[in-house]
Amino acid sequence: MRVTIWGCRGSVPTPGPRTVRYGGNTSCVEVALDDGSVLVLDAGTGIRGLGDELTKRGTRHIRLLLTHLHLDHLEGLRFFAPLWDDDVTLEVWGPPSPTQSLRDRVGRCFSPPLFPVDLGHVPARVSFHDVPRTEWRLDGALLRADLVVHPGPTVGFRIETADASLGYLPDHEPALAGAIAGRSTDWLSGAAVAANVDLLLHDSQYFEHEYVERIGWGHSSVVDAVTYARAVDARQLILFHHEPYHGDESLEELEESARTLGADAAAPPVLAREGMVVDLA
Amino acid sequence: MAVARPKHLTLILAREFASSLATPMLIADERGVLVFYNDAVAEIVGRPFAETGEILLDGWMATFEPRALEPDPTGDERRPTQIAFQDRRAAHRRFRVISIDGVERQVALTAFPLFAHADEFVGIVAIFWRE
Repeated sequence: MRVTIWGCRGSVPTPGPRTVRYGGNTSCVEVALDDGSVLVLDAGTGIRGLGDELTKRGTRHIRLLLTHLHLDHLEGLRFFAPLWDDDVTLEVWGPPSPTQSLRDRVGRCFSPPLFPVDLGHVPARVSFHDVPRTEWRLDGALLRADLVVHPGPTVGFRIETADASLGYLPDHEPALAGAIAGRSTDWLSGAAVAANVDLLLHDSQYFEHEYVERIGWGHSSVVDAVTYARAVDARQLILFHHEPYHGDESLEELEESARTLGADAAAPPVLAREGMVVDLA
Repeated sequence: MAVARPKHLTLILAREFASSLATPMLIADERGVLVFYNDAVAEIVGRPFAETGEILLDGWMATFEPRALEPDPTGDERRPTQIAFQDRRAAHRRFRVISIDGVERQVALTAFPLFAHADEFVGIVAIFWRE
């Protein structure tokens, strides 16, 4: 399994000189499986660059897994080149809503006044699927999607193959449901997604002093991210969903803080960075 | 480390809600297993949840010998928790119960089902009103 980060910024794209090292594109992660198939996690603005790459490779069948439909996880989809190719089949999986279909909710982005082209008129063959309530298989991977603590229907994903596992919880505030440390994992939001994974991409948007002013916004402090990774026995934590107001230097302070907090971890926590590639075997 | 029977997010949030309430509240999962009650329930039943542990709700409720204070007008003699679990609708009734410390108390019990989606029953919540 090869994991490539195409966007790891939270909330809103942040281009500019302050964000060149870690990038300004919002959430998008490519997961290439050993059988050559591709899973795409979220459709933030990072998906635009990935789309160009998939077009170059001639990839014709793509699975897109959406954790939720906040704009920073969806706004790149309209500019995803494969969507405008009638040879492409795109399966979109996302969290169910009690009131509206996934297609109708995504379709809002493809309607006036937000966008000139209706979702029904894009050339690619696009289908929409609510994530199942139990594990399911896509190509060579076993997938799991569980609802997690974040405003609105939001899931985290676990992708597992015979020799590697990835947990993806880009927007997650487990501390809102009680203290993380010492809690039995069956009561820990998203734990079945993240338990024992080789690699965990987890929300760490805030420093602690920022978090206390933003409790309930759906994101984690770096302290909570490290504590969570330890609680679920993740082997490697990558700090994800960077706060838009954090420039490169500020992010490196956050990483240093995580490394101090996670000094007992098998692998030290690291910042997600656009272009980062992690091979899991 | 596998997570044994991870709780549905709805139950996780309900537990946190219950933990922050002074009103006695318990939660059972979709199998009818009591998975949590708060400290205010512990005061009524005379035992903290940590000592009780996860247990079938129906059997646990029966140990308190609940006696309805008045007959149900429809003749339904089930407890509200049974109605919420079996019929998946809200119910309310007043009882006398005998707690573990032997003290008889009068309580009203409101129970209602939890649905994560219209077709996804994840458990019930019951609230005790001390009278």
